[in-house]
Amino acid sequence: MASGVTGETILSVEDLTVEFPAPQGAVRVVDGLSFDLVAGKTLAVVGESGSGKSITALSILRLTDHLGARIPAGRLLFRRSAGGPIDLTRADDATIRTIRGNDIAMIFQEPMTSLNPVFTVGDQIAEAIVLHQGVDRREARARAQALCEKVRLPDAARLIDRHPHQLSGGMRQRVMIAMALSCQPRLLIADEPTTALDVTIQAQILATIRELQAEFGTTVIFITHDMGVVAEMADDVVVMRRGRKVEQGSVAEVFDAPKHPYTKALLAAVPKLGSMTGTALPALFPVLAVTEGLEPPPAAIAKAQAVHDTVSHEAPLLEVEGLTTRFTVERTVFGRPLRRVHAVEGVDFSLWPGETLALVGESGSGKSTIGKTVQQLLTPDAGCIRFEGRDYAAMSAAGKRRLKREIQYIFQDPFASLDPRKTIGYSLAEPMLHHGVVARGAAARDRVAELLRQVGLDRAHVDRYPHEFSGGQRQRVCIARALSVDPKLIIADESVASLDVSIRAQIINLLMELQQRRGLAYLFITHDMAVVERVSHRVAVMYLGQIVEIGSRAQVFETPYHPYTKKLIAAVPVPDPHRRVERGLVTGEIPSPIRRVDDPPRRARLVEVAPGHLVADAEVSAAA
Amino acid sequence: MRASLLSRHRLLSIELVLGGILLAVMLGGVLLSGWLFPDGGEAMDLRARLLPPFVNAAHPLGTDPLGRDVLARVSTGGWISFSVGFWSVVGGAALGTLAGLVAGYYRGIAETLLMRFADVQLALPFILLAITFAAVVGSSVSLLIVLMIVSQWVQYARVVRGSVLSLREREFIQASRAFGLPDARILFVHVLPNAFSPVLVLMTLNVANNILLESSLTFLGLGVDPLVPSWGGMLADGRTYMQTAWWITVFPGLAIMMTVLGLNLVGDWLRDNLDPTSKLP
Repeated sequence: MASGVTGETILSVEDLTVEFPAPQGAVRVVDGLSFDLVAGKTLAVVGESGSGKSITALSILRLTDHLGARIPAGRLLFRRSAGGPIDLTRADDATIRTIRGNDIAMIFQEPMTSLNPVFTVGDQIAEAIVLHQGVDRREARARAQALCEKVRLPDAARLIDRHPHQLSGGMRQRVMIAMALSCQPRLLIADEPTTALDVTIQAQILATIRELQAEFGTTVIFITHDMGVVAEMADDVVVMRRGRKVEQGSVAEVFDAPKHPYTKALLAAVPKLGSMTGTALPALFPVLAVTEGLEPPPAAIAKAQAVHDTVSHEAPLLEVEGLTTRFTVERTVFGRPLRRVHAVEGVDFSLWPGETLALVGESGSGKSTIGKTVQQLLTPDAGCIRFEGRDYAAMSAAGKRRLKREIQYIFQDPFASLDPRKTIGYSLAEPMLHHGVVARGAAARDRVAELLRQVGLDRAHVDRYPHEFSGGQRQRVCIARALSVDPKLIIADESVASLDVSIRAQIINLLMELQQRRGLAYLFITHDMAVVERVSHRVAVMYLGQIVEIGSRAQVFETPYHPYTKKLIAAVPVPDPHRRVERGLVTGEIPSPIRRVDDPPRRARLVEVAPGHLVADAEVSAAA
Repeated sequence: MRASLLSRHRLLSIELVLGGILLAVMLGGVLLSGWLFPDGGEAMDLRARLLPPFVNAAHPLGTDPLGRDVLARVSTGGWISFSVGFWSVVGGAALGTLAGLVAGYYRGIAETLLMRFADVQLALPFILLAITFAAVVGSSVSLLIVLMIVSQWVQYARVVRGSVLSLREREFIQASRAFGLPDARILFVHVLPNAFSPVLVLMTLNVANNILLESSLTFLGLGVDPLVPSWGGMLADGRTYMQTAWWITVFPGLAIMMTVLGLNLVGDWLRDNLDPTSKLP
């Protein structure tokens, strides 16, 4: 087995510096980083985007050469299973190639793009085995199958002959792990291996990595931005910011007594599931002021401000009844639908003015489809939507256009939702001018400046292009644009999912403050249970296009009825190393919402278990 | 590698300077031809036949077998090349871009019709078209331009449609729809500028190609009237004198080469600098 003597240091990073050459002088992305890695342990490298954590991982395998980066200073002393330590920064290419995949293996973030789409998964696993272990193809194939069984891939014998696109995201990531473990590496580097996956799948993958680590004695470097994942996985933690290490310690030390203000801010910004028990209203995040400088001022944690009840129960703002949206994915030669995705299947809910309703579910649950249908980006197959009592179907073209002003949509990726060739000022003014909110000229300019101020940006930003902003600033611009036309309802579709934790907390607080001030209603579409617990008044849990549980936040989180709701809550990583939960090794996948036309899904009937708390009846519960 | 990295983001690059000088010289020479050479390069002087270049101050680039001044003919002949190159590309790009936008954004029946029509168009060889039309209606510059537009719009349409297909799914286009912006505005203000870089590259390549194509067709006798000076025509005429009077073919050839090179350099620079994201902060 690959395990070394426990307690032996297998990798010493000494004063590592990585630079990218640029016209204005080299950009230093990792600056004087040092840490030691003890055999058999898991080290988590934590940081937000731009912290240099991924570049650190890549430089250990010297994959940074390929990106054009240089390592001007520092040493990476790696101890192979036999022989003395090798300095990876100075080793020649031939030596590095014998180490890559053999002694040190890596798992990447995006399992779809890290597998070659033209080869079967068995061939790809076998390739590394043939290369590094010198066995013949038949033997390699047998080992590949054994590895697939090890990573709990169902039906491994048949699965190794399939192509990557035929597997789900979770299964692909298991294949990646099988590839990484194929040569029993001493060191496994996992770069955000679960970020692209659903929570329940993430829980499975984390459990698999932990189990395999115990079995093989592999040392693991776990790169992540998620403090919950750190608490679940790590023995030791290195916190990075802007290429420098700001804090290092055992996981208990870092979580219980963080020393650096940045670590404190990072921990404060992490939503903790269960922290809201007993409160009826949403609450702002306590946000530490982390300024742009590396050494933030010793600001006190802002006390979570009290919020007042914004919900008005006079008349519902939005009513959705029996909403059904299907997409045909396969047709007969004559054009008749053969198989369809049942994206949304008979969904009913209503939303009151000033209320935040969270639609929670994993990918394929139909939550975004509902948002897009309400925004008229998609046409439903059946059902009725009423906004302030007016039925969409009965509206005139002018009425529908007016609705596009009263309902605004904020997309997941703020960079993608701004036209890259238009300035921020243009993007902000366009919807206002189109809907006639302001006149052209000075009035429009003033209003744009005012909007920027409201979301905490400067009016000097008007003439800049989207790429000149950071992710958080771009999302502020998108929020300002949504506010520009005085909407009554904002649909936030995973609007904070792509942001760093500290930025995410600020953006969520901004949204909540705007609700306080303007009485906005939000349809908050997300997969993140911990965020939902913070922001929402009511929660609807979606599974395969149907709502399986809906109720007030307290009802859904404190007394969940439906097994799927319970599973979702249990799968959220807890950012507390003392509360590690041992999860059974489940390998269940979310079933496909694609069905044959003659085999429609069973519609769940919602049963009221408490006032306002509705849960799908037994048949659906049994299927979940 | 280092040098190109540095120059790519600079407004004033070696490409622009070199390409600009080449184009300015060629364009200037052509635009001034009417004033410099009022006879249009058609005056014959049979006593000064086949004069070599750089010996006679009155004929700096020499004369052809009929004693016509090579410099005057190169300068005047540029009109044909430039107007064919310019109009064929502008027409083709306008038609093709519009078709590509409509096909890519609306999909459905419009896309099927336009793209199948484009496939048929691609299957027709240009030379065959040119010969047929030249035989039926006689050759002329405007016919040549129309034929080039008809045969080249397809390239633009396919390139634009490809870009639009991916753009229409992008969130900023969806966001524009969510704001209720009208289709025409979305197409021309948001989609088109983001789909235009490849069109621009194609345009510069095609200006160059079409100047060469016009020359080749004229060389084959299918292009413009043989009496009107043009670069292709001069190449054809000079062919028989290649052994004895190289200057008759080399100077129009050089003119074509310099124009095409200048266009390609400026086109490269345009592509790199029209995109705001290519500028370093």
